[in-house]
Amino acid sequence: MSFLIGEAMTGGYGGADILRGCTIEVDKGEIAVIVGPNGAGKSTAMKAVFGMLNLREGQVRLGDRDITGLSPQDRVKQGMAFVPQTSNVFAGMSVQENLEMGAFLRRDDISVTMEQVFDLFPILAEKRAQAAGELSGGQRQQVAVGRALMTQPSVLMLDEPTAGVSPIVMDELFDRILEIRNTGIAILMVEQNARQALNIADRGFVLVTGENRFTDTGEALLANPEVRRSFLGG
Amino acid sequence: MIDILNALALFSNFVVVPALAYGSQLALGALGITLVFGILRFANFAHGDLMAFGTMVVILVTWLFQSWGIGIAPLPTALLALPFGILGAIMIALVADRAVFRFYRKQKSKPIIFVIASVGVMFMLNGIVRFIIGPDDQAFADGARFLITFREFKELTGLGEGIAVRQTQALTVVVAILVVSALFWFLQRTRTGKSMRAYSDNEDLALLSGIDPDRVVLVTWIIAASLAAIAGTLYGLDKSFKPFTYFQLLLPMFAAAIVGGIGQPLGAIVGGFVIAFSEVTITYAYKKFLRYLLPDDMAPDTLVQLLSTDYKFAVSFIILVVVLLVRPTGIFRGKVI
Repeated sequence: MSFLIGEAMTGGYGGADILRGCTIEVDKGEIAVIVGPNGAGKSTAMKAVFGMLNLREGQVRLGDRDITGLSPQDRVKQGMAFVPQTSNVFAGMSVQENLEMGAFLRRDDISVTMEQVFDLFPILAEKRAQAAGELSGGQRQQVAVGRALMTQPSVLMLDEPTAGVSPIVMDELFDRILEIRNTGIAILMVEQNARQALNIADRGFVLVTGENRFTDTGEALLANPEVRRSFLGG
Repeated sequence: MIDILNALALFSNFVVVPALAYGSQLALGALGITLVFGILRFANFAHGDLMAFGTMVVILVTWLFQSWGIGIAPLPTALLALPFGILGAIMIALVADRAVFRFYRKQKSKPIIFVIASVGVMFMLNGIVRFIIGPDDQAFADGARFLITFREFKELTGLGEGIAVRQTQALTVVVAILVVSALFWFLQRTRTGKSMRAYSDNEDLALLSGIDPDRVVLVTWIIAASLAAIAGTLYGLDKSFKPFTYFQLLLPMFAAAIVGGIGQPLGAIVGGFVIAFSEVTITYAYKKFLRYLLPDDMAPDTLVQLLSTDYKFAVSFIILVVVLLVRPTGIFRGKVI
């Protein structure tokens, strides 16, 4: 059984169900990617795993613990970190302050973690005194990921981390995400750039109308002719 | 040459010194408004009456101390009573938050509903203050009157005009500088202060980072109420205490907060001085000032007063409207209302 699993999740934002029994799971040291057409419920599935919407059926488990009833804040305390797609930095605060706020829950010395983040994203060390709102899109994304890493999470969830950045920046960001994975963190992300994301994915979930259509390794999904034809543009 | 110095002395005495004191008072008031707006996300119309409430407590305690013969002459006794006024203002603010604002926070009400609720709180405080201390003017300043009198200054410099600095004016500026420095240190350097800025900057992300919203709200009220009590007491010492005047202060204080950029503490301070200096310079009669500077035959016969002091509130109102039309974010790019 995987470290984090959202099993048979059914629910929506109050009206009709957006998720219809879909299952998402990821293990430590793995990257799991959720792809699918627009309106398939990719981001909703991610939010459901993080507790941002109420599930009618199904459950979410972290380790051996059922966390279905926990609020997002409590899930942060349990070691889950979430990077929203938009407004994911404190724009008026410096890069360093952003990282400090990420570690708000920690009472121990955070300087080691901060150095690790700076090692991962050297540009942030250079711009540590600059306001996060003044950085470029790609750098801002790095601040957002860095902030999430400050809690020393066991699960990192990224909602379209490469939305609106150039292809070069995207490749670099994916490289960094691979590095983060290699430290043993479980990474779950939703991606618009399906092909590139599946390339680095250990596991891929293709969602269609809130259901699992295909679930396999990233490599196998890329090789699957049906997936290629329907979702990767040939 | 001596005429120019005389003109400057005259101008300092009637414009610069009073405007500096008034500006400090407005800045402290506007800081409270801007903090509440930035963090609780609504325009708190009860802030003026919160000032009145805090000042009322200060006055009552001052009278008590005076009757006991306790004082810190030459400084005013009110300074000794100020901590009690701060505590009183904090308590009433927290009661209002518990009884009124918390309910709407839980409902996730729109900001305008908070504003209307704050108008209700304003009327409540208004009534409470009038019940306890009455609607009339109260003088509670004691201690030395002047730091330097008009005549002392004239004798010292040999000029025809003097600059009188009242002790309360000097006190206002000194206290304002101390309070503002302490506040900025708190917001920039401490964990709690940074978490307040983070909450103001991006509420959702602050929650995701584990910042406790209840604690941020609590600390915000404590700071806003303390600022209100300090600003109100300084204003009362400098001028006089009358509940209605404190209600009227809402307009220049809001103007100050908006001109500076609402939600930006630094903006509130700059805005406070912009409003104070505009009000005082526009309502000052320049007749005597120009007499010193112009040749005799060009000396004006009229008062050369742009606006009567009765209309001083029009000044803040006009500035407010112009800023909202031309640059709604204010000088320091605050939030748009």
